[in-house]
Amino acid sequence: MATEQEVRHIAELADVGINTEELATFTHQFNAILDYFDILDRVSGDTAVTRDRYNVMREDEIEPSLPQEEVLRNAAAQEDGFIKAPRVM
Amino acid sequence: MAGHEITFEPDDRYNAFLTTCRKAPHGQGKLAGIAVAVKDNISTKGIETTCASKILKGYIPPYDAHVVELLRQSGAAIVGKTNMDEFGMGTTTENSAFGPTLNPYDTGRVPGGSSGGSAAAIAGGMVRMALGTDTGGSIRCPAAFCGIVGLKPTYGRVSRFGLIAYANSLEQIGPMGKTVTDVSTLMGVIAGHDRRDSTSHTKPYTHTPRAGIKGLKIGIPQEYFGAGVDPQVAAVVNKAIGRLGELGATTVPCSIPSMEYALAAYYVTCTCEASSNLARFDGVRYGPAADTKKSWHEAFRDVRRAGFGTEVRRRIMLGTYALSSGYYGKYYAKAQIARENVKKDFARIFSEVDVIAGPTMPTIAFQLGEKSDPLSMYLSDILTVPVNLAGIPAISVPCGKAAGMPVGLQIMGRPWEDERVIDVAYTYEQAVT
Repeated sequence: MATEQEVRHIAELADVGINTEELATFTHQFNAILDYFDILDRVSGDTAVTRDRYNVMREDEIEPSLPQEEVLRNAAAQEDGFIKAPRVM
Repeated sequence: MAGHEITFEPDDRYNAFLTTCRKAPHGQGKLAGIAVAVKDNISTKGIETTCASKILKGYIPPYDAHVVELLRQSGAAIVGKTNMDEFGMGTTTENSAFGPTLNPYDTGRVPGGSSGGSAAAIAGGMVRMALGTDTGGSIRCPAAFCGIVGLKPTYGRVSRFGLIAYANSLEQIGPMGKTVTDVSTLMGVIAGHDRRDSTSHTKPYTHTPRAGIKGLKIGIPQEYFGAGVDPQVAAVVNKAIGRLGELGATTVPCSIPSMEYALAAYYVTCTCEASSNLARFDGVRYGPAADTKKSWHEAFRDVRRAGFGTEVRRRIMLGTYALSSGYYGKYYAKAQIARENVKKDFARIFSEVDVIAGPTMPTIAFQLGEKSDPLSMYLSDILTVPVNLAGIPAISVPCGKAAGMPVGLQIMGRPWEDERVIDVAYTYEQAVT
């Protein structure tokens, strides 16, 4: 069982926000889903997952890339050809 | 060759499209001048691509997805971007930030999801073919609900470069169409190796559908006709399987015991992958502006709360929880073992049969608003998710009606035997039409 406090904490970790009005419904639905996931407790075996894939390596060659202005076109805030982001300090 | 264009002005009464291109240019080739719709989570250079989310409203990709490059090279006219559940998260297309798509057979019902816009555009006669994506049934479910054909290719057969990722290890882009031949033609255009997708294999598709299933062995898993499957739907599908018997196939009962926990394994896996994939939407490089005056944590939270719909936030949170310290072993690690068991079950059955058949969906299309509880919506994916966990190909082909609504016959095949599932579907389609 996840408590309302835990659900709020998860919302914070995931940066998706949650408000007080939706917290009760979210917690209720969250727990119904987690209860259903408990069926995985019945999974037996500790088989290592086999992968029929392999690493794909290539030479590190310089190739043309998109023009800077095209890459910046979708960014809301720019400065001197860079994308402007919120403060991290 | 440039210079050609078609005019596309559909009467979109089903809200199938998020964007339409009134003048759609096209070149020469196999699909010259054919109107093709593209699901809105596939990048199209110069054409808005939103994943039906407010967080990508106004986003114009600076490049084409690999499949879109191939469409353009084949002469197809890309006429628009189709509605979907936000980021592919849903089974109804009601989780779109831009309103639900309606089912052309009954506008009080959903078209299925998440590629509901592509299915409705075809069923509503607006386009002949469309691209969808299938993470847990998102091509096959709407194909079944709207009475069209949809193929989920073998994982790795079609490049995912330019597909806006939701759950990388499960999803594939695939063709949808009115007929098996159209689906096969579109598959021939989009399949093949692309070095920009490291899971892409060199398996081009050059097949032309052939009727004939004499001697074919078809496995019928008991779980596909068990509790939760509408008896009317089961009856229609059983009749279709009987028809395949008349056409020369033999049916063999089989069982997929891992289906007991396949759905849980699927939802743990896809939410975990989503929590990581969707971290990129923070309003900095694209999407609504993050307030650069705020701290990054506050700024991202505000953008994401306003930009993501409820179901997307729920799945991000579920994945974050399942991957968090102390729970990883209980959820994600177990889900990967379960996934391996699903793969083994399929491998065991495919050592004895050529294909597996059953219903695509346990019911007919839901009424709008019927699946308001998330868990009950998840449960309706039970017959489609095993295929994604195992990475195998599967097609949904219309096989009749229950309560006046279309029912889909699902045919699943061995890895890389997309051609075989196409042929079985084609044989059935030719026999009944």
